[in-house]
Amino acid sequence: MNVNAYLAVGLGSALGSVLRYGVSLVSMAVLGSHFHWGTLLVNVLGSCLIGWLAATTSRLPRGALARQQPLLIAGFCGGFTTFSLFSLETLHLTQQSHLGLALLYGVGSLPLCVAAAWVGERLAFLKATVT
Amino acid sequence: MGHGITNVVLVGLGGALGGMARFAVSNAMAHLLGKVFPWGTLLVNASGAFLAGGLLGIYGVPNAQPFWLFAIAGLLGGYTTVSSFSLQTLELWQRGQAMRAALNMVATLLLGIAMAALGWWLAQG
Repeated sequence: MNVNAYLAVGLGSALGSVLRYGVSLVSMAVLGSHFHWGTLLVNVLGSCLIGWLAATTSRLPRGALARQQPLLIAGFCGGFTTFSLFSLETLHLTQQSHLGLALLYGVGSLPLCVAAAWVGERLAFLKATVT
Repeated sequence: MGHGITNVVLVGLGGALGGMARFAVSNAMAHLLGKVFPWGTLLVNASGAFLAGGLLGIYGVPNAQPFWLFAIAGLLGGYTTVSSFSLQTLELWQRGQAMRAALNMVATLLLGIAMAALGWWLAQG
């Protein structure tokens, strides 16, 4: 067991979780608490970031970013995004009989996040072609 | 302001523990079952959804209480992940394994909602 990798993941996940908490507070203040914009936002942004990081670190395997993979990818991106809240929110929408919204949120979120990871990856390659 | 700092510490501490638990589970699953299919992420997300559903069943709708900040926003929020799911699904797709990518997406969604509902239902007693 690599203790340093675990510590890096723990630190990254703590930072990601705190930032996610901050995003949810701001989104509730700005957009209201009727719909869970905060969770959708962190999941889409975190997926875009992980796509960008994975593409960049595979392109530059000896770079500074690649050395910090446990901190950035498993740690920060993992802690910043959340699946448990997404499930709870979908369940809660269903229980409150907002079936249409539950279906849209439930079925729409995950493909949107995969698409965001793809966009992140394209952005990394785009930058690679320019420079 | 002191209250705000306590909240941040609770979320951060939970997030650190949850993230390390996720790292341990996904490493163990990759070791056991290989890396052909992202079993680790699926297991983490299904079990995290189950626990979150259970907490919802026991304690009701989440609020800003210290326990929720630690357990839901921190621990289970850090334990479960969408970013790894997105990356792994994209990688399956790009390796020409569209069926596995679609299966991962459908399984994650259905298992996640079903496990959250099961946890909630069991906790209702």
